[in-house]
Amino acid sequence: MAVEQPTRTQDATPPGDQTRIHDIGYRSYDGPRLGRAYARRSLYSQSLRGAYGLGRSAKSKVLPMLLFVVMCLPAGIMVAVTVATKAGELPLGYTRYAIVMQAVISLYVASQAPQSVSRDLRFKTVPLYFSRPIETSDYVRAKFAALASALFLLTAAPLLVLYVGALLAELDFADQTKGFAQGVVSVALLSLLFAGLGLVIAAVTPRRGFGIAAVIAVLTISYGAVSTLQAIAYVQDSTSAIAWIGLFSPVTLIDGVQSAFLGASSAFPGGVGPSTAEGVVYLLVTLGLIAGAYGLLNRRYQKAGL
Amino acid sequence: MYDPTVARLTYRALLGRRRALILGALPLLLLVIAVAVRVLAGADDQTTADVLGGFALATMVPIIGVIAGTGAIGPEIDDGSVVYLLSKPIKRPTIIFTKLIVAIAVTMVFSAVPTLLAGLILNGNGQQVAVAYTIAALVASIAYAALFLLLGTVSRHAVVFGLVYALVWEALFGSLVPGARTLSVQQWSLAVAEKVADGNLVTSDVGLPTATVLLVAVTVLATWYAGQKLRSLTLAGEE
Repeated sequence: MAVEQPTRTQDATPPGDQTRIHDIGYRSYDGPRLGRAYARRSLYSQSLRGAYGLGRSAKSKVLPMLLFVVMCLPAGIMVAVTVATKAGELPLGYTRYAIVMQAVISLYVASQAPQSVSRDLRFKTVPLYFSRPIETSDYVRAKFAALASALFLLTAAPLLVLYVGALLAELDFADQTKGFAQGVVSVALLSLLFAGLGLVIAAVTPRRGFGIAAVIAVLTISYGAVSTLQAIAYVQDSTSAIAWIGLFSPVTLIDGVQSAFLGASSAFPGGVGPSTAEGVVYLLVTLGLIAGAYGLLNRRYQKAGL
Repeated sequence: MYDPTVARLTYRALLGRRRALILGALPLLLLVIAVAVRVLAGADDQTTADVLGGFALATMVPIIGVIAGTGAIGPEIDDGSVVYLLSKPIKRPTIIFTKLIVAIAVTMVFSAVPTLLAGLILNGNGQQVAVAYTIAALVASIAYAALFLLLGTVSRHAVVFGLVYALVWEALFGSLVPGARTLSVQQWSLAVAEKVADGNLVTSDVGLPTATVLLVAVTVLATWYAGQKLRSLTLAGEE
């Protein structure tokens, strides 16, 4: 834009003679262009680091790190107890661990999902992302993958502690490996489901605080409501209703899938897990929710702030 | 001590646009559960006490309190628009007191009213259970609103800390460590409700005199300290 502004001289020559373009030596960029895949990878790694407060202020490291420690601590204690008492098995199964610690996982999702997407929306920085060579789906995929990975780290780390501890305590190798593998598959599914739900809710409530409360409401309160209803159905001896009620809360959904397919003992009242047919419904609903969350996020960002 | 303009602005911040819908979703869920339980199990005093105690008072009231209490002041401090309010010739404690009144009113409307309705649906106020839990919800609303309003002025992560208190301290530690129950708004309000209900359906671990003293002390201290915090407020950008 090196166009010289027309000057105030009206008395001399006609204006056409005075305007000319100067070359003031700007160089165009001729280095390597890293492209869309690189931008997506960077967004993924930055979001993943951000989910644990790395590269952010010390204050924002406190909560995710604290939740991570709180998540792993019981696993360490269990291992210590197993080793000390020379018990034949771990006090808590691999698949059961995430269900018991669900409050911590929910708090993590509730604090980190808004952190990941709400601030971009609130401060209207989303258009800046899309001025780079990334598409809507790249942004959504990077954020989704980052939060799911962060959740997987949070939920799989205690399982690893349990597994290593169990091997050190010289429990049966084949048995423990099978349980550990089942647990990892289960928490991978849980991470995808919780990340999807958390991101969708956070993306539609960019206002600070509301996103957190809304995520907690969906994850924790739906569990409270569902388990209350299940307990009442159990007391009323309508055990067939228990499995169907369980479809309405993310935690019971994962619980149902893993008790049908991953050899877990169900946390439903009376240990009445879903049958295989009902388990298929559970799995379909879970996968449907994950795909639906991805679709909704893509739709949300079609017009976000643009 | 009460400024109508500040109150009007706070009401709009809390209930404006679609936010009333978010706040209304929880009470609606309680009513749906109440209807479902009544249809499934019929009227039963113990079930009523379980649903109202376990879901309404233990989960719904604190969460509504967190949203209303921190929402009354948190977002304003967050986006910096609180300076326009603070630059007006209104005393800072007056601002806090007004916002507290609004937060209490919102929490009461969205938690105590549905509790009463759910209680009436569940067993038609048998053994005074519905009224007892409504009174507990009213009392808890005051303490929660004051507590979480203070959190909103102290921390930028007020909602998270509020939820940690409500879900982890009261629900998790309260059920594991008996001593934690003494320091819980929920138990203090239950102590008040215990006097109203007939029979042994509503019980608290705290005596009524202790509970009353603690409730009043927490409310007054939290409000006073929030006023002090607002007098020396420093505004900072997003981390």
